[in-house]
Amino acid sequence: MAKNQGTPLVDLRNISISFGGVQAVDDVSIDLYPGEVVGLLGHNGAGKSTLIKILAGAYRMDSGEIWINGEKADIKTPADARDYNIETIYQTLALADNLDAAANLFLGRELTTRLGLVDDATMESETRKIMARLNPNFQKFSVPVSALSGGQRQSVAIARAVYFDAKIVIMDEPTAALGVHETEMVAEIIKELKAQGLGIFLISHDTREMMALCDRVSVMKNGALVGTERVEDVTEDDILSMIILGKNPKREAA
Amino acid sequence: MSDATQDAPAHPGTTQTGKTAWTKFLTATEIDTRLIGMVAALLIIWTGFHLYGVIVNDFGAFLTPRNLWNLSVQTSSIGIMACGMVLVIITRHIDLSVGSILGFCAIIMGTVQVNILPQFLGLGHPAIWIITVLVGIAMGACIGAFQGALIAYGAIPAFIVTLGGLLVWRGSAFLVARGETISPVDETFSLLGGGPYGAIGATGSWIVGLIACAAVVLLVLNGRRQRTKFRFPQHPVWADTFIAVVGCAVAIGAVLLVNSYPWPRGIVRRYTQAEGIEIPEGGLFISHGFAIPVLILLAVGIVMTVLLRRTRFGRYVFAIGGNPEAAALAGINTQWMTVKIFAIMGGLAGLSAVVASARLNSATNALGTLDELYVIAAAVIGGTSLAGGVGTVFGAILGALVMQSLQSGMVLIGFDAGMQQVVVGSVLVLAVFLDILYRRNSK
Repeated sequence: MAKNQGTPLVDLRNISISFGGVQAVDDVSIDLYPGEVVGLLGHNGAGKSTLIKILAGAYRMDSGEIWINGEKADIKTPADARDYNIETIYQTLALADNLDAAANLFLGRELTTRLGLVDDATMESETRKIMARLNPNFQKFSVPVSALSGGQRQSVAIARAVYFDAKIVIMDEPTAALGVHETEMVAEIIKELKAQGLGIFLISHDTREMMALCDRVSVMKNGALVGTERVEDVTEDDILSMIILGKNPKREAA
Repeated sequence: MSDATQDAPAHPGTTQTGKTAWTKFLTATEIDTRLIGMVAALLIIWTGFHLYGVIVNDFGAFLTPRNLWNLSVQTSSIGIMACGMVLVIITRHIDLSVGSILGFCAIIMGTVQVNILPQFLGLGHPAIWIITVLVGIAMGACIGAFQGALIAYGAIPAFIVTLGGLLVWRGSAFLVARGETISPVDETFSLLGGGPYGAIGATGSWIVGLIACAAVVLLVLNGRRQRTKFRFPQHPVWADTFIAVVGCAVAIGAVLLVNSYPWPRGIVRRYTQAEGIEIPEGGLFISHGFAIPVLILLAVGIVMTVLLRRTRFGRYVFAIGGNPEAAALAGINTQWMTVKIFAIMGGLAGLSAVVASARLNSATNALGTLDELYVIAAAVIGGTSLAGGVGTVFGAILGALVMQSLQSGMVLIGFDAGMQQVVVGSVLVLAVFLDILYRRNSK
């Protein structure tokens, strides 16, 4: 396809990591282009989250290379990943429950006054602005996020990625804990980010949702990559057999 | 963050109809019900001990300027450490070694100022107390940092590391001094422990009180200005006025109290002889004013509150307590934070050792025994949750005042040591239980 020519935004090459003898990710290579959504599919324990956490700086790979915008990147910590404009929205919603929305949005990157003190008022004001864009119904600015619904919490996590001008967004099951309406909201946000030219890695179990949102899907099984397909070239059944059997029946036939 | 700010109405004036006057009052002033509970408990303890004295001993000794002044001095040592314990407990750790660190630092400072420095500087040299205090705080901070490193990088639970520390530092204190008591301490140093000379007198106290009043008013006004600037819902004027008036009243009340406690007659006689002043007819009334250790506690409380509420460091303390994994994923170096937090705790234990040994005018290796329990109890009573993520410095200082009031109240009415321990232990368990009930109901 013409769209995916040029330098990929992210190029993960031959990534491997093992935990105590278990090969969690085994020689996996995938790439991501600007304005593209790449879905990662597979059973629990297939290695999707582990692979993505390497890119996010939460784990250090044993071997392999990460290239960002055509340059070799050295990502050792979550802070390194942020320096490459990579933002991650975790399955477990990495929010501090006891802090309010603004404190969570700016966690690790607080705005400060000239005296070096945290500027809560400005941060709350900025949070109000970004939330007005993402989730206009959001009103609970001065309560701990533990008091928020799943969708409200998710919008705080997404606001974090949007506010800091992420170029690469990783979403680990962003809709797993959400209701129908809230899932819709997240899907809208994904489309908006994509239209702005961001690259998105999306992890989900919902094959239908992935077919609707993604440009390409990569399927993993037992730590290894089964294959990467453009969504228009495959059916939902093809994807399912890749997940379950670990091979693409059409490719086999061809 | 603070659990005091729940249910701030999005649009003022529209949501109040169904509420009682009391909840309306709490919402508008953003006063924590827990704070009210603590103040109520304090008042009950104070009047209880006073009335017990009146009824049983025909003399209520508790609510007298003398006792309350002493109470403020006694609270200082525990209060200073409680400020640090808040950080430790918010991040889901515990420090059982603070009492022993206090004892060890006191012995080291005693050795430094009595046995070492006079050899080089001469007895009574003005730099002795400064060097001694710095050595004590630095020693405490190093011990704390070492324990923090074992917890953070060695992945040993804080409970075990500091339980070991409890024995190690107490034993070390004994070894350093071979079990001897080191006294008397440097004269200037001893002023840091309070006493008639270790207080700032009537005029100084008024200055402190008026500065406090000005600070309260400025804080309230600044809060209103910020809310207007960012178009956040404004507090009702009466609520902010109420806060300002209560704050100023407490400050002025405290000044009146400490100024109404005069120097004992013997001290006045010695002082006037030394200064060559005639004692007028009917005696000379010289006020104590605020004791220096109380001012130290006040300063520590303010610095720690700013640190916890207004700096990135403090924000990360809460974030780690709320969700350690999220904090790490947000790029916070949680291990290094742990080292820093325990170093602060140790440094404050060192500062507490200054106050405690100065007050005693000597350093003994038993100084600070069982303090860890009082400090932890003070933090927990003051609303610091053992589950992590929640706590205030101000609450911990009030908690220290509650613990110390119980302790000295029981001494005043003549409870023996065994009974005191029974009561203090029971209160600790009861406080945690009330905390659990409070949180369950507020959810």
